[in-house]
Amino acid sequence: MAEIMITNVTASNLGGDVKLPIYMDNHATTPTDPRVLQEMLPYFCEKFGNAASRNHEFGWVAEQAVEQARQQIAKLIGATSKEIIFTSGATESDNLAIKGVAEMYKEKGNHIITQTTEHKAVLDSCKRLEKCGFRVTYLPVQKDGRIDLDDLKRAMDDKTILVTIMAANNEIGVLQPIREIGALCHERGVLFHTDAVQAIGKVPFNVIEDNVDLASISAHKFYGPKGVGGLYVRRKNPRVQLVAQIDGGGHERGMRSGTLNVTGIVGLGKACALAGEEMAEEATRLTALRDRLKDAILGQLDECYVNGSMEHRLPGNMNISFAYVEGESLLMGINDVAVSSGSACTSATLEPSYVLKALGAGDDLAHSSIRFGIGRFNTEAEVDYVAKRVVETVKRLRELSPLYEMAKEGIDLKKVQWAAEPTH
Amino acid sequence: MAYSDKVLDHYTNPRNVGSLDKSSPEVGTGLVGAPECGDVMKLQIKVNPETNIIEDAKFKTFGCGSAIASSSLATEWVKGKSVDEALAIRNTDIVKELALPPVKIHCSVLAEDAIRAAIGDWKKKNATQSEAPLKDAAVEQRT
Repeated sequence: MAEIMITNVTASNLGGDVKLPIYMDNHATTPTDPRVLQEMLPYFCEKFGNAASRNHEFGWVAEQAVEQARQQIAKLIGATSKEIIFTSGATESDNLAIKGVAEMYKEKGNHIITQTTEHKAVLDSCKRLEKCGFRVTYLPVQKDGRIDLDDLKRAMDDKTILVTIMAANNEIGVLQPIREIGALCHERGVLFHTDAVQAIGKVPFNVIEDNVDLASISAHKFYGPKGVGGLYVRRKNPRVQLVAQIDGGGHERGMRSGTLNVTGIVGLGKACALAGEEMAEEATRLTALRDRLKDAILGQLDECYVNGSMEHRLPGNMNISFAYVEGESLLMGINDVAVSSGSACTSATLEPSYVLKALGAGDDLAHSSIRFGIGRFNTEAEVDYVAKRVVETVKRLRELSPLYEMAKEGIDLKKVQWAAEPTH
Repeated sequence: MAYSDKVLDHYTNPRNVGSLDKSSPEVGTGLVGAPECGDVMKLQIKVNPETNIIEDAKFKTFGCGSAIASSSLATEWVKGKSVDEALAIRNTDIVKELALPPVKIHCSVLAEDAIRAAIGDWKKKNATQSEAPLKDAAVEQRT
């Protein structure tokens, strides 16, 4: 069997040296923690049984590992292990929650409420349901990225069967008031699903205290492997039922058929266990790093704007628009740093970030935005390096920018009559 | 999506960044695109009044690496050409030279538009100048 070297890579032993390229895009994905990988390895070649094989030890051993992972996940979020279903990831969990609830409760009502800055897995699932005759309300967000609870109250009617609102946003890191949203839903007898992908393992999240009925989880967002996720489905007060979206064998209490990804599930469980132990300290460390990055950049550049609430925000997230500089050209200039942008040029569809648009930022600022995702393995030295590179590159690109030149001449760019642009 | 070497080269070492005197009769200024679209190019040419040859060109661009490269290349190409030769530059030539992928073709289109807009501006200035020189000199001093 091949020997695999696992080095215990923690933030403290990366020291003051910066190794390039730097990965600072931890909302897109995270490296698998070596301790998670270590936990997963035996289940590839030695304990490789199918967890559904009821009649021999290979199956029992695999099943035991899966049940342990279920416990670990449940413990992190305040649930019981029977309430955790495994899926291929959060996109599948979002689809299962939304479509599964809609189909199950369609006799009760046909109205679903969500909001405009949700992940596409939620928005596109809702759009699909609209085609099938459901009514969907997309609540707007305020300038800080949070929904207005009064808007939610007003939108709910006697046909509302589901509210789906994310706990934390992947682009701007903003935390929604899910405890209050959940309380409101329970008052009105409406089910509450939250895409908790970016929140779990990073900020406190408890399904009982937060009044949550369904929650989507993704392993690769908090140092677990890609290709595995979970869905929390409440069993008490109320008992939630779903129509399965994948048929074939009735696994996961009939809610999600298919052989379990044992290795992935073991990884997800371990990631949850580590998060439970390390979250508080890590959140403090990442918040300090994030603020250090923000202060360094805003301190050396004018006309930079933070997108989204600073008060209700994920510890490691920063999203800044740099006026007069386009996002993709900025990414090109800091090519030894991995971050992402809300610019149209960086998306396959040439549409600028719909999340930033929903905040009311003009398209020009959406095109000028950079998202930084600081994570477990980033260091202070890396943050300082990234801040330095960003400031240098923005200054250079502003010298190249006709908009910066016009602004310096005192021209109000909002009043300029721009030439017609070929449509994208 | 990896960038072509030529795009990277123009991005890292852009040619002819800067501004010419907008008010000069020899200078044509083209400003195309819009901030909401994520692409704005300003391309300026300085035309020798006797020979109608473009002696100098400068650009500034708000846009992605491919947009910067397209406009930088445009200034390189127009220099030394006559106004009519410059009008013959097609966006497809830019696409080929920079090996732009399909999703970035619109950057080359904008660069072609910028060249045309600069030439158009120069022509407009020089058409009126031959008609009423004194009046237009006053207008130019004000801008």
